[in-house]
Amino acid sequence: MVPITTLHYLVVAAALFVLGVIGVLTRRNVVIVLMSIELILNAVNLNLVAFSRIYGLHGQIFAIFVITDAAAEAAVGLGILIAFFRNKETVNMDEVDLLKW
Amino acid sequence: MQPVATTFFFYFLSGLTLVAGILVITRRNPVHSALALILALLGQAGLYLMLYAPFVAGVQIILYAGGIMVLFLFVIMLVNIEKSQKEEQFNKQWVVGILAAVALGVLFVLVYTKGKSLFPERVAQLPEQSNTQEIAVMLYGNYMFTFEIASLLLLVAIIGAVVMAKKRI
Repeated sequence: MVPITTLHYLVVAAALFVLGVIGVLTRRNVVIVLMSIELILNAVNLNLVAFSRIYGLHGQIFAIFVITDAAAEAAVGLGILIAFFRNKETVNMDEVDLLKW
Repeated sequence: MQPVATTFFFYFLSGLTLVAGILVITRRNPVHSALALILALLGQAGLYLMLYAPFVAGVQIILYAGGIMVLFLFVIMLVNIEKSQKEEQFNKQWVVGILAAVALGVLFVLVYTKGKSLFPERVAQLPEQSNTQEIAVMLYGNYMFTFEIASLLLLVAIIGAVVMAKKRI
């Protein structure tokens, strides 16, 4: 039986990060893109907590700050989404093309 | 307390998290995605518990699964999901996007396996009984300034969200 090391957690976090990046790059629905960003932030948190197992509590403190950031980001992002939906009647990412050449 | 069946719980919880993550990015209905995301967050809270971080696990459940996800579900109800479900769910560059993301993942795993010597094998014995107390001492000691900045950030986010969602300012 292989003991579970930090490396195992890092690989899980990398997989979660990749899932989040795929969601951000491929989905059109803004709500799901925001959820994918939450997945990415969670992958980073898992990395921080896994390293805090080795180097002491600092990683957990950083994880708490990242969670705070995620809350702020979700609130502002969803506010932008509501404003966008009111103006354009759609929730699709690729229809936000006002700045496109 | 000595942990039991670490291997089983690690693979069970990480499998749960990853399957729920796949469901998040593939479902057509955003409500289903949100429910899958809650499942992923809970699985990850279990992983935090296995890493001797009970406070972070509690914050994860209360703040993420309890707070942020309710916000998501409210916004999903505010926007029109019937129309968006009938449309194409993936954009035109999805093949390139998946390839780029997988290349990034391969890069991660390469770095982790090549640089194995950078991660010490030993694990610090973090006390689990006094975890919350020690986090509080550090939060109000070493990280006092960061803590204040975080409260300022939340204030800015509250004002920003209200300004964004308001009909006319």
